[in-house]
Amino acid sequence: MSPDLLKLIFGRLGFESLPLHEPIVVGTFAVVALGGAALLGGLTYFRLWGYLWREWFTTVDHKRIGIMYMILGIVMLLRGFADALMMRGQQMLAFGGSEGYLNAHHYDQVFTAHGVIMIFFVAMPLVTGLMNYVVPLQIGARDVSFPFLNNFSFWMTVGGAVLVMASLFIGEFARTGWLAYPPLSNIGYSPDVGVDYYIWALQVAGVGTTLSGINLICTIVKLRCPGMTMMKMPVFTWTSLCTNILIVASFPVLTVVLALLSLDRYVGTNFFTNDFGGSPMMYVNLIWIWGHPEVYILVLPAFGIFSEVTSTFSGKRLFGYTSMVYATVVITILSYLVWLHHFFTMGSGASVNSFFGITTMIISIPTGAKMFNWLFTMYRGRIRYELPMMWTIAFMLTFVVGGMTGVLLAVPPADFVLHNSLFLIAHFHNVIIGGVVFGAFAGINYWFPKAFGFKLDPFWGKMSFWFWVTGFYLAFMPLYVLGLMGVTRRLRVFDDPSLQIWFVIAAIGALFVFIGILSMLMQFAVSLLKREQLKDVTGDPWDARTLEWATSSPPPDYNFAFTPVVHDNDAWWDMKKRGYQRPLTGFRPIHMPSSTGTGVILAGLATAMGFGLIWYIWWLAAVSFVAMLVVGIGHTFNYHRDFDIPAEDVIRTEDARTKLLAGAK
Amino acid sequence: MSTNTHAAGAHDHHHDDGHAHSTFSGYMLGFVLSVVLTAIPFWLVMSGTLPSKQITALVIMAFAVVQIVVHMIYFLHMSPKSENGWSMMALIFTIVMVVIALSGSLWVMNHLNSNMMPIHQMSGMK
Repeated sequence: MSPDLLKLIFGRLGFESLPLHEPIVVGTFAVVALGGAALLGGLTYFRLWGYLWREWFTTVDHKRIGIMYMILGIVMLLRGFADALMMRGQQMLAFGGSEGYLNAHHYDQVFTAHGVIMIFFVAMPLVTGLMNYVVPLQIGARDVSFPFLNNFSFWMTVGGAVLVMASLFIGEFARTGWLAYPPLSNIGYSPDVGVDYYIWALQVAGVGTTLSGINLICTIVKLRCPGMTMMKMPVFTWTSLCTNILIVASFPVLTVVLALLSLDRYVGTNFFTNDFGGSPMMYVNLIWIWGHPEVYILVLPAFGIFSEVTSTFSGKRLFGYTSMVYATVVITILSYLVWLHHFFTMGSGASVNSFFGITTMIISIPTGAKMFNWLFTMYRGRIRYELPMMWTIAFMLTFVVGGMTGVLLAVPPADFVLHNSLFLIAHFHNVIIGGVVFGAFAGINYWFPKAFGFKLDPFWGKMSFWFWVTGFYLAFMPLYVLGLMGVTRRLRVFDDPSLQIWFVIAAIGALFVFIGILSMLMQFAVSLLKREQLKDVTGDPWDARTLEWATSSPPPDYNFAFTPVVHDNDAWWDMKKRGYQRPLTGFRPIHMPSSTGTGVILAGLATAMGFGLIWYIWWLAAVSFVAMLVVGIGHTFNYHRDFDIPAEDVIRTEDARTKLLAGAK
Repeated sequence: MSTNTHAAGAHDHHHDDGHAHSTFSGYMLGFVLSVVLTAIPFWLVMSGTLPSKQITALVIMAFAVVQIVVHMIYFLHMSPKSENGWSMMALIFTIVMVVIALSGSLWVMNHLNSNMMPIHQMSGMK
């Protein structure tokens, strides 16, 4: 075939795009391909495709979508953590003339992919998954406001993740760092597909994130059960509301700034170029207007989880509920006023830097108030040191350290010394792992029995906990030291041999974390095997306080047979205190949304369009785009959107629960 | 939806959701206002009535702001009471965010420009 025709069909994709010259990537591909083939073969052999498609992929049930988000987050955690291990290994070895085992081309992709994956495809899915699962249950709703949109949002997030994963084996990923600053990310300096993978992965996933933000705001504002005024909402629901407001207000900025960057790259505009009036600093400015709220998007739901866990496991009402709510709202607003602290050293003068330094320090006040609220909740409480509570205490200790180094970095003169150093790396891992990741693990251990009907195994949970926590300190405390000694981030080789010992300690820490992750997977497997022993028949295994524990574990499709009525902050606790009796009769048919495959198809087409745009396969991009419009419009003519669960089914489900409860007593 | 909000509201079990009532005359009024508010800026630019380009730009932006308000009232049916005040709250929040992002960006970028003037401009200043 002629080269022109090939180019028309395949764009710039060719055999040379496959990274066959990178033995590490080829090895990884072999393992992934074998594992993937085994998985697909297994699914086919056990005839699970139909079940997965009907019950999971096309579901609009917020609980199942939440669980799928969690699975996505955990799978991507393995990928992101593999990158981390590779970096730790490289930096440990590359001393005394050694080049390590990663070449610069590969190493730069590894640290970029690590950052992108951990933020967008690990932390975001974990947080969104927990919100999706828990919020409707906590407010006594049957589903989110727009169940189909929820399914679509999830699959768009998956689409973004698929593009990032594809970049490992087809072509390459960006070599620009996780925010892809121009001019490096401009076409002149990054002519390859890496940055295009970055752009389209984030754009596709970003649509999902924004829509799920709208969906959850609407759910919280509109679907609360009778009696649940704003100031009677559980704190996790409050933090979810604020997080989703942040998502809706900030993600469009990311979308626009990436769109402008793609215009620079695809059609030769000059928004962020060095010449022709472009300003790369405008990119840095805009992306941090999104980027700073983003870190609060991640950590606010974690704060909510810790609030629920602390009050449940201390057996006390949360101390200072009102101040907790106001602290959350204040953080929401303030998170928009601090973005410049990410580029203090890039040329602003004293007045700008001091303004943003001071606003940054002010954020520590509401955060500190929260910390004291948790402490006072525990004070004179009857604390049960179960796994969720252990993660919460590890969070409180770790996050305070990270918060203090953050306040340190907020001082512009100090930042001039510490910026771009490993001190910064240690700081943000300290708050993101100590805050978001520990929060997600507290949430997983706390709500797992609700989602699956059995608790997680405490032995492997504790193994995971101790390896994670000690591993974290071993891995990142040396980075603080190195940062103070002036070691900058993203270095591949080192000259000074006296630094090596710190990198060795950090690598050992990363191995500890690795054991922690393996223990967590082991914990899931062991719990599944021991599910009869760990069974929760009551629906309320922790003697908890909020509404999600009022229904069975796992909850029926319709969540609550009758919409609950709330009189107190801790609604379920209040119901238990007043001797609440479960209604046993009078069930009626329940109106529910139907499953649909449209979300999967639309997101698949969006991913194909992204792939076409990345590789300049214009026909593919155009065809997928038109197909998306057709499917989207076609879906509006689908009138089979809802159905009624017959009263007999409700009666059967509820009677089964009555028997279980009677057996438990 | 526009023809029969009452029936739809009853069907959805909504109580008093405070929707402003959309009427044909309301939409027409909004449409006419939008056309007028679009036509005037066009005329300003094409005829060059105002003395300087800067003033013209500012006037056009003022018209744009009025246009936004017209859309919110006549097409989005927003009022201080709609959706139990949530619309108003969301609007105020949005305005605060937009003002922060725009004024902050202008301030920051202006500062960057004065502190990090590109080389060709520096050489032009000699």
